[in-house]
Amino acid sequence: MSRDDRKPDAATVLETHPPMPGAPATAKDLSRREKIIQQILSLTAFSAVFILGLIIIFVFKAGIPLIYKVGLREFLIGTAWSPTQGEFGILAMIVGTLEVTFGALLIGVPLSLLTAIHLSEFATQSTKSVMKPLIELLAAIPSVVFGFLGVVILVPFIRETFGGTGFSVLSAATVLGVMILPTIISISFDSLQAVPQAYREGALALGATPWQMVVRVIVPAARSGIITAIVLGMGRAMGETMAVIMVAGNAVVIPTSPLHPCRTLTSNIALEMAYASGDHQKALFATGVVLFVMIFLLNVLATALMKRK
Amino acid sequence: MEQEFQRSNTFWNRVGTRLCMTTTYSVAGILAAILFYLAWKGIGRLSIGFFLDSPIDLGREGGVFPILVSTLLLAAVALAIAVPLGVGTAVYLTEYTKESWVTMLIRFGAECLAGIPSIIFGLFGFILFVVTLGMGWSILSGALTLACMVLPTIIRTSEEAIKAVPASIRQVGFSLGATKSQVIWHIVLPQSRSGIITGIILALGRVIGETACVIFTTGISMEMPSSLFDSARSMAVHFYILAREGISMDMANTTALALVFMILLVNLGATILFGRRYSR
Repeated sequence: MSRDDRKPDAATVLETHPPMPGAPATAKDLSRREKIIQQILSLTAFSAVFILGLIIIFVFKAGIPLIYKVGLREFLIGTAWSPTQGEFGILAMIVGTLEVTFGALLIGVPLSLLTAIHLSEFATQSTKSVMKPLIELLAAIPSVVFGFLGVVILVPFIRETFGGTGFSVLSAATVLGVMILPTIISISFDSLQAVPQAYREGALALGATPWQMVVRVIVPAARSGIITAIVLGMGRAMGETMAVIMVAGNAVVIPTSPLHPCRTLTSNIALEMAYASGDHQKALFATGVVLFVMIFLLNVLATALMKRK
Repeated sequence: MEQEFQRSNTFWNRVGTRLCMTTTYSVAGILAAILFYLAWKGIGRLSIGFFLDSPIDLGREGGVFPILVSTLLLAAVALAIAVPLGVGTAVYLTEYTKESWVTMLIRFGAECLAGIPSIIFGLFGFILFVVTLGMGWSILSGALTLACMVLPTIIRTSEEAIKAVPASIRQVGFSLGATKSQVIWHIVLPQSRSGIITGIILALGRVIGETACVIFTTGISMEMPSSLFDSARSMAVHFYILAREGISMDMANTTALALVFMILLVNLGATILFGRRYSR
């Protein structure tokens, strides 16, 4: 076979016949374009990590110096908060946050788990088709609206029933308990649905009642998903701001009764940010750092739990 | 003995299942009551004029037109930033990489970002965009902050949608000589469109309803914004100020209804357009 019979390669063709404008790109062009696209995409892929890094750097840079100045111990377990007089102790806010969060879980978790179990195991198709959109709708209602409803309905109700001002840990926990329903219901519903059908059939074939099947077989099998749902709901309750500000009363005291007012870490930031300056503002960033660390630990826990399955 | 055992089983079965059912109906009742309350209180002053008039006397009278425009601007800019980044990340994670420490790092970053409370985004946006970069309280600062906040939502939903596209469809593309980017652009993305748009809608709902981080970065000016560098007030912030400072409960009720109505409309539009239910 002579040399001239062989097919010319792309480079020779390009030399003798340059491509018309608008003609299909050559293989070489295409592969270069592919490289560039891949590089751009890999850059965008790091955007989330990059933003996380920026948040840590900027919020910590603004907050850590004050913690250092006041002393970590003093800052975390000090009970006096008068930032204009140079007293920065956020213990009351930490306790307030924990009380409100656990209160919200006490109210929200039983309601959402029983609902998720009903929807996954017992409900008819028509109940499901009404409940699912309703729950999605609840997730879409802004938190300020929940806070507002808390002020106009719940706070007067608690004032008249239990006494006090009504602006209390109990009001905040109830509002948050309702707000975390959609998170916990939808995630634990998904994990209940993921339990193989054979488990149900096996349990029923052994003579278990439907309720025994749920309690002894289905819920334990879906345990890790349910715990994840609760941890995520907890994170949401801990980080919520606007709804809590409106119903919690915001007094800087360590609440010893569910009817006492309290202030959470988030509301401390939101309430004072508008007029704070200097060390006061830095103290609010430091509050943010403490909140960030608490939420971060929760998330690490949630990720670890999710991976165990 | 045997009988008693059985009776106790049946008893607890009945108690348990009834308890589940009652709880479900109570939860449904609470939700329905919230919606009815909002509608009942707010419908009185809701009119076309409410959406098209400017607020008078701090919002005691008039409407919310400039606030509505600011909200839409804020949402549009935030999504214009977050959507390309989020979808790009999802495409990279699903199409270009195998599971490795890099993808684990990216996923971990996105998950952490999803868990960060909005108030911390507010602090971050304030210190970075408003102060350090000198953008001041402006729509741009607010939109950038909100974009950071909704990025993980868009990444997660887009990734799910892209993963659901069957591998065989991609292989048909490759067998016809398409390059990877052509397959992604012409086959994978159109196939996963409805899932991606669902994620965008969810993000839009969050942006419209967000208050804490918007106050710190966009400010509370009620004027009609003339550029992205102007301070503005979103619907949620307006509602918060009306209710919290007790300016007008009537207007607060109406604004709350309008806010929920907007979010409802967006969600409903997505459901009708794509006929698919989404969760979370």
